[in-house]
Amino acid sequence: MRLPDFENRLALSDEILLSVDKPARYIGGEVNAVYKDKKKIALRFAMCFPDVYEIGMSHLGIQILYDMFNRYEDVWCERVYSPWTDLDRILRRENIPLFALESQDPIREFDFLGITLQYEMCYTNILQVLDLSKIPLLSKDRDETCPIVIGGGPCSYNPEPIAPFFDLFYIGEGETVYRRLFDLYLETKAKGEDRASFLLRAAREVPGIYVPALYETTYHPDGTIASFLPTAPGVPAKITKEIVMDLDRAPYPQKPVVAYTKAVQDRVVLEIQRGCIRGCRFCQAGQIYRPVREKSLERLKKDALELLEGTGQEEISLNSLSSSDYSHLKELVDFLMDTCREKNVNISLPSLRIDAFSLDVMGRVQDVKKSSLTFAPEAGSQRLRDVINKGLTQEDILQGARMAFLGGWNRVKLYFMLGLPTETPEDIRGIAALCNEIAALYYDVLPKEKRSGPVQIVASTSFFIPKPFTPFQWAPMCTKDEFTHKAGLTKHAIHEQLNQKRIKYNWHEADLSVLEGVFARGDRQIAPVILRAYEKGCLYDSWGETFRYDLWTEAFAECGVDPDFYTVRQREKEEIFPWDFLDCGVDKSFLWKEWQKALRQEITPNCRQACQGCGAARFKGGVCLEKREGAAV
Amino acid sequence: MKIRIKFSKYGSLRFIGHLDVMRFFQKAIRRAGIDVAYTTGFSPHQIMTFASPLGMGMCSLGEYMDIEVHSHQGAQDMKERLQAQCPFGIDILSVKALPEPEPNKKVVSAMASVSAASYAAVWKEKGRSFCDYSGQCADFLAQEEILVEKEEKKGTVFRNIRLGIYELKIEDDALLFTVDASSSGNIRPSWVVSRFLDFIHVAAPDSALQIIRLELYTHQGDGPERTLIPLDAIGEEF
Repeated sequence: MRLPDFENRLALSDEILLSVDKPARYIGGEVNAVYKDKKKIALRFAMCFPDVYEIGMSHLGIQILYDMFNRYEDVWCERVYSPWTDLDRILRRENIPLFALESQDPIREFDFLGITLQYEMCYTNILQVLDLSKIPLLSKDRDETCPIVIGGGPCSYNPEPIAPFFDLFYIGEGETVYRRLFDLYLETKAKGEDRASFLLRAAREVPGIYVPALYETTYHPDGTIASFLPTAPGVPAKITKEIVMDLDRAPYPQKPVVAYTKAVQDRVVLEIQRGCIRGCRFCQAGQIYRPVREKSLERLKKDALELLEGTGQEEISLNSLSSSDYSHLKELVDFLMDTCREKNVNISLPSLRIDAFSLDVMGRVQDVKKSSLTFAPEAGSQRLRDVINKGLTQEDILQGARMAFLGGWNRVKLYFMLGLPTETPEDIRGIAALCNEIAALYYDVLPKEKRSGPVQIVASTSFFIPKPFTPFQWAPMCTKDEFTHKAGLTKHAIHEQLNQKRIKYNWHEADLSVLEGVFARGDRQIAPVILRAYEKGCLYDSWGETFRYDLWTEAFAECGVDPDFYTVRQREKEEIFPWDFLDCGVDKSFLWKEWQKALRQEITPNCRQACQGCGAARFKGGVCLEKREGAAV
Repeated sequence: MKIRIKFSKYGSLRFIGHLDVMRFFQKAIRRAGIDVAYTTGFSPHQIMTFASPLGMGMCSLGEYMDIEVHSHQGAQDMKERLQAQCPFGIDILSVKALPEPEPNKKVVSAMASVSAASYAAVWKEKGRSFCDYSGQCADFLAQEEILVEKEEKKGTVFRNIRLGIYELKIEDDALLFTVDASSSGNIRPSWVVSRFLDFIHVAAPDSALQIIRLELYTHQGDGPERTLIPLDAIGEEF
């Protein structure tokens, strides 16, 4: 009798795999995963998303870099994610080193470990990945046998709280200089130069590369930064982000890896543009990805077809910060609708503004079943929406809701932020009033016989966290008590409304927001706190079931670090911020001007209406070169 | 037209669950360009049913799914297209057309028609064999009661699985057995293995053995006439 192959070539035994939740997270071998002969490979790269598999597999950036690296014949890029807590315990107990999914080889054997930094609350998971890989947690303790640990992604726009854990950071978009970095690595290796020499040369010779060990910070007695300077000659004092100016010529994966187990993003993702013209003052992505660069309609049509063919996915989603601002949206959506109907593919259209066009599109896409409609007014009053430069008026929202109700929708989701600069109790009551008005509108617009059940309004609030490279980087953040009080006020105000029974209110605990606020604008003094918290057992902080605020509080106290210094403090115009040595293209003077305008409740037109001279025009591309009035190129 | 596809599952794919296999095939069928039929309604999905789910960690030489297609270019073409989309760990073993149902009758789905399953259990440790115990199979089957514990709402209950074991023998190194796999009387292969190990006084953790599903059967006739036939025996070449 011929039996099938059941030999275990995996890093984990059958016994372990059968004892953990979702073993498919750890076996690799997914459709479109790349396998190479490691004997023919000059450089091995382990790409890590420091969260659980289903989250990490849903991230577009890793798919782009994984594809791009594996197009290089001499490079093999593999993937690694944070083991879930069940496997984490087993790996520690049995002393099994963390491994990459494809080869199942220990991460310790790789040339590079690249960690993407998508949100602050993954910081303890970075330490978990290093620790389980048996790589010393601090860059200074690593020897020649360790992989080079490199960070990238949005949180690297303030890398300081995690700087000591990384050998280098790649600032900006990954498509541009990785090849140069790899070539330099291979060259130094061939010449027998050591790790320190590679890092020094990378800092000097490769643009966009930040090597934390080559910079020194001094502090004023009050704890603010006095100076931040390179310690070696030839190392740049200011590092400019890397950026792809022609997205049409940039690589995009035609065959992204498809998970067996259900990933959070179980669909094809079509990136239509980078950046955003809007300039909402709380939004970091709206600043750091400037200027807006679109992909051509032709390229997107081609990408969409190839992606659907290469993955067999049953759903396609558009990816951008604000899809409504894409110049050829109508043509693209028409094309996708035709293609998708033919292929039985669903289309999902996130980040669309609610207007006649989008309602028409959604009506056609969603067909019979009308799901809920989402608005993000962010603030309850027009005054506060002007402060944050959210170009959405009460009239826009009510008009959108009116059309939606007439079109058959009866569920509306609304997103708000609490704790925005200058917020008053009146603004908070505005949240409740707006919800009520939308509910009332439903009954005004539709006669009884035309209503499909009662209207449902779901209002959610998050707590505002000031982020680097935004006009609000100078703003004080609320304390935990203030946040909690504001959430209470919102709840109370909603209860006072006539239609309160039709309004559901959701809010989060404030603990996590406070911590995120510390990391967002923290400096290198925060690193020991993260290390201490990890040693105390903090892990998966973004997961409610594993977040341990008590341990974090202890860690801050034991390290003698006051979290309030980073959150509730009002910053002065002249203060040197920990991230000031990075240049995202938008000038600090522009951000200050915007901060002052915010305090005067003045709005700023978007990039297509009139150039504001933010500084991003120096990249000479995207929206900055579009013909419009007031262009400053 | 209804199509019955037989496939194997082995290697690392032992560790993907039943729903994952289903998701895998939905995508593989699309990549393969098979003209599969969809349900109507507001969220159309492929018309696809699977026979009895396989336990995590097991391999199989006898997995089945039924799909419906609008058009095709023959069984061989469909088999090759689908095989081209399968990673190491899934092989397409046969593709057959299910007979058109008689008027006013529904086709019995893969799931509903399963009556029995055959399994092999082998030691993962190289060189270890069941062959020394071949003499004990008859004695094992001669027992009137073979009891397994089952957790139910009311607490632990005992169930006699003897009558559900249709055949048990040792061949080469493997313990082979055929058991009831119908929805009402399904017998887990691990129950048979652990009771047999008890019977021959061998203690071993579950993970020391690999269980392999060899075939799924439906039946023809009833009573003494009843015979088991593999699920793809009722399909036809096309």
